[in-house]
Amino acid sequence: MADARKIGEGPGRLLVSLYGLFTVAAGSRSLYQLIAQFHEAPLAYILSAVAAVVYAFILVTLVRGGESARRLALVCCGAELAGVLIVGTLTIVMPSDFPDQTVWSYYGMGYLFIPLVLPVTGMLWLRTGRADRERGSRRGARAGGSPCPEGQGPGPAA
Amino acid sequence: MITWLTVAVSAASLLLAAWCGYATARDQSTKDWHFIGMAVVSVLALAQLVVGIVELTQGRKPVGGTVMFVAYLAGALLAVPAAGFMSLMERTRWGSAIVTAGGLVLAVLEVRLFDIWGGGHG
Repeated sequence: MADARKIGEGPGRLLVSLYGLFTVAAGSRSLYQLIAQFHEAPLAYILSAVAAVVYAFILVTLVRGGESARRLALVCCGAELAGVLIVGTLTIVMPSDFPDQTVWSYYGMGYLFIPLVLPVTGMLWLRTGRADRERGSRRGARAGGSPCPEGQGPGPAA
Repeated sequence: MITWLTVAVSAASLLLAAWCGYATARDQSTKDWHFIGMAVVSVLALAQLVVGIVELTQGRKPVGGTVMFVAYLAGALLAVPAAGFMSLMERTRWGSAIVTAGGLVLAVLEVRLFDIWGGGHG
């Protein structure tokens, strides 16, 4: 079914790749930190782990596709954006609680601000998915030889 | 030795990113030549991994820690092949965009590798 998988294709596949990258990056970072140096900055490392879980969850919903997955992904992108904004602000307001960096420190500055851009792009992309459905334009129908050529519609010439 | 390889991998990955970015702009998917380019970058990254491990066995200690160093070497080796695999599944301009992102990520990883190794003292 073309519609069910659409959120993970086209531009969505680029998002899947980036979420995959950040799942691996945040996940391996937090694993290493939690094992090797947990006592140094427990709050920062737990937040890194939370970020990794959020990235992994969005990755799974994007790959699975479908309407409910799209809604879940939208909520998680919102949570992700909130996380970046809250952690980013906290690292500036009270840096003493964050002796070490997390993925979301300083709004993701150490990661070229991609953690800040990613949820916004994600939400924009997931919203286009819904807009397409409301208009009833199905890519699958168009790709499989359209039964309704352009001339048949009530065009401006009619 | 490893510093030169780091410079070579960075340059090659940026070239790959530019090349695939051009394909994205022209609305083209990745072609055979792009995959040959990815192979070249990956071979350089593999050489870097081997040389890095050889230098570690000779007793050199990276400033940022051995575990981090090996993890980044492995990540650098996997970045472009993973992007190439994704672009095989996405035969549109977005497949090219994924390889562009992969090349940029590799360039960033190389900068971090340079820092972890101890910046220019190798």
